[in-house]
Amino acid sequence: MLAAAALAILLFALPLIGLLQRADWSRVVDDLRSPASAAAMRLSITTSLAATVLAIALGLPLAWLLARTDIPGRAVIRALVLLPMVLPPVVGGVALLAAFSRRSPLGSWLYDAFGIQLTFSRAGVVLAEAFVAMPFFVITVEAALRSLDPRFEQVAAGLGASPAQVFRRVTLPLIAPAVAAGAILSWARALGEFGATITFAGNIAGRTRTLPLEIYLQLESDPQAAIALSLVLLLVSFAVLIGLRDRWLGGARP
Amino acid sequence: MSLTARIQVRLDGFDLDVGLDAQPGRVLAIVGPNGAGKTTALRTLQGTAALDGGRIELEGTVLDDPAVGTFVLPEQRRVGMVHQDLLLFPHLSARDNIAFGLRARGTSRSDARRCADEQLAALGLQAQAGSRPAALSGGQAQRVALLRALAIEPRLLLLDEPLAALDPTTRGETRRDLRRTLDGFGGVAIVVTHDPIDALTLADDVVVIEQGRVAQAGTLAEVTARPRSRHVAELIGTNLVRGAASGTRVVSGGAVIHLAEPVEGDVFVIIPPSAITLQSDEPTSSARNRWPMTVAGIEPSGERARIRLEGPLPLVAEITATSLASLRIQVGEVTWASVKATELHAYLR
Repeated sequence: MLAAAALAILLFALPLIGLLQRADWSRVVDDLRSPASAAAMRLSITTSLAATVLAIALGLPLAWLLARTDIPGRAVIRALVLLPMVLPPVVGGVALLAAFSRRSPLGSWLYDAFGIQLTFSRAGVVLAEAFVAMPFFVITVEAALRSLDPRFEQVAAGLGASPAQVFRRVTLPLIAPAVAAGAILSWARALGEFGATITFAGNIAGRTRTLPLEIYLQLESDPQAAIALSLVLLLVSFAVLIGLRDRWLGGARP
Repeated sequence: MSLTARIQVRLDGFDLDVGLDAQPGRVLAIVGPNGAGKTTALRTLQGTAALDGGRIELEGTVLDDPAVGTFVLPEQRRVGMVHQDLLLFPHLSARDNIAFGLRARGTSRSDARRCADEQLAALGLQAQAGSRPAALSGGQAQRVALLRALAIEPRLLLLDEPLAALDPTTRGETRRDLRRTLDGFGGVAIVVTHDPIDALTLADDVVVIEQGRVAQAGTLAEVTARPRSRHVAELIGTNLVRGAASGTRVVSGGAVIHLAEPVEGDVFVIIPPSAITLQSDEPTSSARNRWPMTVAGIEPSGERARIRLEGPLPLVAEITATSLASLRIQVGEVTWASVKATELHAYLR
């Protein structure tokens, strides 16, 4: 038992140690400052933040719908929403391509009517990242809404607050920790998105080549640069873990 | 200017079907065991539960009438509610909790806060204005919840077991404050409770609910003195005497009542009917409370009998059928009633 558990710990620890050991610390900063790396980082930050905003804007009403209403087919809707969490991202990318490419009915209509092309564009990156990341936000917020005592909202309504006021002044503040956690979680997922992005938005330098794509590319030509960029994502992951430690690591939360 | 309601709701296991009539300026207590349907009745008045049948009319406005499809949403009813768990918004200060209703009704933030501060100061809670509910004591939180409900100047004030969450020491004091607040409230007030003491000290009128039906309704004096069923008698039937206390003496009308513990002021004294002993001659026992009484009525009820007595203090005594037989008392005869001081409970009004 103990040996197997130790083996499991090694399985998680060894890759981490390998990454830190292989890094050439003298040139990490220079590697990160290279034009290609800097462009990928800038793109990743802007698209992942945009995807997070999209996940919040659409995910909040969706979580509310799933937690608080009795719409028919709710189980089906929830399964649909959670699908991207278990779906291979590359399949998600193929599916997005099938739905939104200029050869699809929806994609061609978007292009003809509004001149919007999602494939091979920055907007496509945001869409792919949101597709993969939003479920994390939705399940976190839905769980918080479910565990929230509905009587607080009833009290607020009884005091004369309209449904919008109740949501803004009572519901939202009470689930704020979960909204923040869900947002961080989906942002981290969006930042690391690879499969759906490369399949749907392609790999165009400066436009759709995000940090993970850049790492994959550099691994062939300049492994040290790839490791430097990997360290950045590792650092972000650690920061997220520490930020959410109360939720996951059994911290001070009662 | 009153509440008239026929509340019919289908519940698991039984149907709730009660009629309520409440007058402004008076406090109506709904009394009954847990699970009798009291809270459900309150929820229909608040608007968080809908009627299956019946009708609720407040000050001439129909709030709920399923027969014609009328249902006024809770936010449009102007009904104040204090929950058993208080349900103060945990993310807002005491001040902002109280200001919430005013803000929702369009009062500016600064005006609403000023109003809340004035209310808090009136109860000596100005130091707690900025505190979150978690930092308030039970009694303070209860007062804040009451102020929050009253801030919207409700037409109807509902209190669901308002004192149940408090520990016994704060309870008495908070009950007294609540009574004072209710005295100054001009609308219809309804208190739901399973604790007879709350009903006895807070209410003017009583409705006893049992298994979803009204077992008895009337003024507090009527129901406590003349419970119509064994169940009502057990729940609330008692002697409730109001008097002026000074030390261990309470003067009420022409009678003096001796208490075991000293107390000062306007009090309710509760004399449990079963604690009263009857005998034909002046008692020689150690009981300090003894009054000559005239038997006004004898109501047998199973193994026990309720004896209505008139004299310096109108009382109801409850004795066993055996002692009734051995005493051989008749209506119109004189008998001595005695009760030990330790059997009495006095509550500051």
